[in-house]
Amino acid sequence: MIEVVNLNKSFGKLHVLKDININIEKGEKVVVIGPSGSGKSTFLRCLNCMEDPTSGQIIFKGVDIADMKVDINVHRQKMGMVFQHFNLFNNKTVLENIMLAPVYVGNKNRKKTGKSKAQIKEEAKKTAMDLLKRIGLEDKANVYPSQLSGGQKQRVAIIRSMAMNPDVILFDEPTSALDPEMVGEVLALMKDLADSGMTMVVVTHEMGFAREVGTRVIFMDDGRIIEENNPKDFFENPQNPRLKEFLSKVL
Amino acid sequence: MGNFDIKVEAFLESFLDGGGYRSVLTGLQNTMIIAVCGLLIGIVIGTLIATVRVLPKYKTLPKVLNGICSFYVALFRGTPVVVQLLVFYYVMLPLMGLKLSSVAVSVVVFGMNSGAYISEIMRSGIQSVDIGQMEGGRSLGLSYSTTMMRIVIPQAVKNILPTLGNEFIALIKETSVVSFVGATDLYVAFNYIGTNNYEFMVPYLVMALIYIAIVLIISLLIKIMERSLRKSDRSR
Repeated sequence: MIEVVNLNKSFGKLHVLKDININIEKGEKVVVIGPSGSGKSTFLRCLNCMEDPTSGQIIFKGVDIADMKVDINVHRQKMGMVFQHFNLFNNKTVLENIMLAPVYVGNKNRKKTGKSKAQIKEEAKKTAMDLLKRIGLEDKANVYPSQLSGGQKQRVAIIRSMAMNPDVILFDEPTSALDPEMVGEVLALMKDLADSGMTMVVVTHEMGFAREVGTRVIFMDDGRIIEENNPKDFFENPQNPRLKEFLSKVL
Repeated sequence: MGNFDIKVEAFLESFLDGGGYRSVLTGLQNTMIIAVCGLLIGIVIGTLIATVRVLPKYKTLPKVLNGICSFYVALFRGTPVVVQLLVFYYVMLPLMGLKLSSVAVSVVVFGMNSGAYISEIMRSGIQSVDIGQMEGGRSLGLSYSTTMMRIVIPQAVKNILPTLGNEFIALIKETSVVSFVGATDLYVAFNYIGTNNYEFMVPYLVMALIYIAIVLIISLLIKIMERSLRKSDRSR
C-alpha cells in the first residue's frame, strides 16, 4: 500500500533519514521503535509528506505523493495521522472536530456524488456520533477539547482520523504525552482498530503494544532502518548489537 | 472661572439654538463611520498581509508577495496618517481623475493605514497559534488556506482581540485629523460651535468627554466579546 523508495530527508546540513526503503502492505501493523533522534518520527511524517522528503519516492496506492505536482490533500484524506499532542482544533467542539473534514471533502465532491449539503452534513454527523458511541464519549459531543482529559483527547483524535475512512493511519508517539493511567484506554482503542483490519504505522515506546499488536517491528537508529522482523523474533532474538543494547535498556 | 456659567450658557445657546447639535451629530456619525469602516478594511487588509507573511517561502510567488507586503507596511507605518490623507486627497485622486467625498477618502486612508498595523498584530496572533493546529488540519487533507481560515485565524483573532481593541480606540482618536481634507468630524463640529460666539472652553471640554465616553463604551464591548469568545478555553 505504501512503498518507500530511497527516502532521504535533511534539515539544512543535518541528514536525518538515509536511504530508507520499505514496503508496507494492506492490513499490516508496522511498529517503529528506536532511540530519540533516530529519525523515526521524521520517517513517519514523511509518509504523508507532513515533512517534504529531500529525495526519494513515497508511493501510496500507485501514486508518488512525494512529487510536488501531486495534490497532496487528496491523498492525505486517505492517510490519517494521530499526533503526540493530539492537535484537536481548540476552537471547535468535539463533534465539529470530527465532522469538519468529512463535510469539507463531501462538499468538494458534491458534483461527483450529487448529494445535497444537508445530506452530507447529516451523514457526517451520524458517522461522528457512531464513532463517539464506540469510544463511549457521546456525551462529550458538544464540549470543547479543553474540557477533555488527555486520554479522551487522544481517543477523539483517533476517531477524527477514522471518520475520513482512511486506508492507513499513522501514529506519531500517540501515548507519549499522556499520564500513565490514560495510556491504557488509548492503546485499547488502537488495538481495537488493529483488530478491525486497519493498516497502521505506529511510532511508539510501548514495547508491550509492539509485541502484542504489531505484525512487523522496525528498529531505526541514526536515520537508517537497522533491523526489521516479526515481533516474536525481534524481541526474543535480536541480531544487531545496537538493537540488543536498546532492548536491554527499555525492557 | 467666575464667568463659567456664562460660558456654559453661551455653549448651550450655540449648541441648541444655533443648530450646533446638528453638526455634532454629523461629526459623531462621520467619526464612527471612518473608525468602524477603517477598522473593518484594516482587518481585511491586515489579515491578507499577515497570511502572506507567514506563508512558507520556498516558492517564488510567496517571496514576491511578501516583498510587496513589506513595502506596503513600511510605507504606511513610515508616514503620518495626516500626510497619507493629504497625499491621497490632493495628489492621488486628481492624478487618477476620481471624485470622492472627504469622508470616503478618510475611510480608505484609515483602512489602509490600520491595515499595516493590524497585519503585524495579526501575524503575531497567527504565530501564537500552536503549529499542531495547522498540522492537524493538513493531516486530514484540508488545504493550507482552508485550515488557515477555519482553524488558525479564528484562534489568532481570539488571541489578539485586546490588541485589536486598542487599535480601534487609537483609530477613533486619530480620526480627529480628517478635517485636513475637509470632512466634518467631532473636532470640526465643536470648533464650529465655539466659533459662533468665540467661546471655546466648554465646547472643547464636552468634545473631550464625548471621546472618553465612546472609548469607555468600546472597551466594555470588547470585554464582553472576549468573554464570549473564551468559551472554548474554559477547562474543568
